[in-house]
Amino acid sequence: MSNFIHSVSLNVSKCKGCTSCLRRCPTEAIRIKEGHAVIDSERCIDCGECIRACPHKAKKAVCSPFEKINEFKYKIAMPAPTLYGQFNNLDDIDYCLQGLLDIGFDDVYEVSYAAEFISAYTRLYLKKEDIKKPIISSACPVIVRLINLRYPSLCDNIMPIIPPMELAAIFARQKAKKKHPELKDEDIGVCFISPCPGKSSYVVNDELGKKENVDVVLAMNDIYFRLLAVMKGEKTPKPLSKSGLLGIGWAVSGGESSALFSDKYLAADGLENVIQVLEEIDNGKLPELDFVELNACNSGCVGGILTVENPYIAKAKMQSLRKYLPVSGAHPDDKIPNEAYFENVNCFKPIQQFSDNMQESMRLMSEIQTVCSNLPEIDCGSCGAPTCLAFAEDVVLKGADINNCIINMKDYLLQKLEEKKDESYDS
Amino acid sequence: MSEAINFHYVVDGDDFTSAGEASVDIKRKLRQLGVDPAIIRRVSIAMYEGEVNMVIHAEGGTVDVNVYEDKIEMILSDEGPGIANVELAMKAGFSTAPDYVRSLGFGAGMGLPNMKSYTDGMEIDTKIGVGTTITMVVNLK
Repeated sequence: MSNFIHSVSLNVSKCKGCTSCLRRCPTEAIRIKEGHAVIDSERCIDCGECIRACPHKAKKAVCSPFEKINEFKYKIAMPAPTLYGQFNNLDDIDYCLQGLLDIGFDDVYEVSYAAEFISAYTRLYLKKEDIKKPIISSACPVIVRLINLRYPSLCDNIMPIIPPMELAAIFARQKAKKKHPELKDEDIGVCFISPCPGKSSYVVNDELGKKENVDVVLAMNDIYFRLLAVMKGEKTPKPLSKSGLLGIGWAVSGGESSALFSDKYLAADGLENVIQVLEEIDNGKLPELDFVELNACNSGCVGGILTVENPYIAKAKMQSLRKYLPVSGAHPDDKIPNEAYFENVNCFKPIQQFSDNMQESMRLMSEIQTVCSNLPEIDCGSCGAPTCLAFAEDVVLKGADINNCIINMKDYLLQKLEEKKDESYDS
Repeated sequence: MSEAINFHYVVDGDDFTSAGEASVDIKRKLRQLGVDPAIIRRVSIAMYEGEVNMVIHAEGGTVDVNVYEDKIEMILSDEGPGIANVELAMKAGFSTAPDYVRSLGFGAGMGLPNMKSYTDGMEIDTKIGVGTTITMVVNLK
């Protein structure tokens, strides 16, 4: 999908073309061209690994500026549960939610509350007979894109329900309209406080082909500092939080699974680990499992690139925060609307195929093999491609200049130099 | 008819966890060639089983995958002990894998039967003390 808008931006003047991001990209979407990184929009899954890897701080996650909320008459803050793990000595979520009101929001709506509905639905869904197991969580948009791109045969395994933030947005909007019937749709601004750029581009791109319900995506680290200024604990906060420990648990890898009350699950986090697990599922090599929870970031959402706290410390903080919560806070009056279910996610298409014609693909493949066999196989990245193989593919498929391989170029020049020497001796 | 494309892999015999690397790589190659996902899956599973067998019984070996326009041929060769009784080895559940291998979740005696069921043709050429070569074919058309 070429018109996909990504949420990673590059400051060209800061980028030194150093290849750090090139090596870390799980989909080989980055090339170094003319001295700086270029992202292939078709391959990028917005995981944020390149932002993490950049030593020059040239890459940034794109979110909306805080001021954007002022475009709406009625502003609803929707914190991801990860937010609660960012603070020191927070013993009551209400302080955090009260803080959101104090910095300018009219209402708050917890994503963790909606997450409990998705857990409840998943528990029922897993009992169905005609589903392809294991069911893979649809909560992390990066994983859903990765599956579409690299494991198309696993698309049917994806849990067919929107992620918690989307469901929360639907609920939040309904609640606002009930409370203030005078509000028009465009008056309401649903503002998601995100731990990662992956969720940001999810909103921007209307990924399910349905109208997205989130209006603004704000960076968690931006909101964090604004909250610090107002969260002094001087007054008793309003009792705002409605979620239980199951919903809050979604912030950490394994949390979504543990809310299923089943022991036939697997939870993996960090892209490298996730890819290994997907390979195993693809090969049918998994023990009998009902559910697979995959998170692109280490430790889950607490490891998102827009968080402030170290993911393991955040995890520990969430544990103590969950201690005195009810199991689940889900209220029986709210119901998951029909629009929350979907047939399949097909925003990303597998793009690895060389050509629609197999004969042509085979010709290209053998050309790539020939080019590759003459490359040094050290994957140094100096040519601008992540591996020698990727470079060979670029040469054959995209017309990259074979002379960009500096190792081969060096040998060639040395050889020329020798020839010149010999010539000068001869004469 | 254009020539086949060959992919050559060396399967390291020391390490269980590395078994399967070739079958992961071949998946990518076949996707690039535009092979049907269902066929890719069969090739990859059959190859994975073969790789694991080579690691368990033969201290590794080589895999050659030849992609023709109408079929995919996998040739797995090792210099292991050979298979004493092929007929028995083909029986589901029959295994000569040592206990420590079974404790790792391998050696269930499903390797060869799986390889046969996922492919359109399989030939076993084995000699005691010399080695085994298994040729599997999956038709593309």
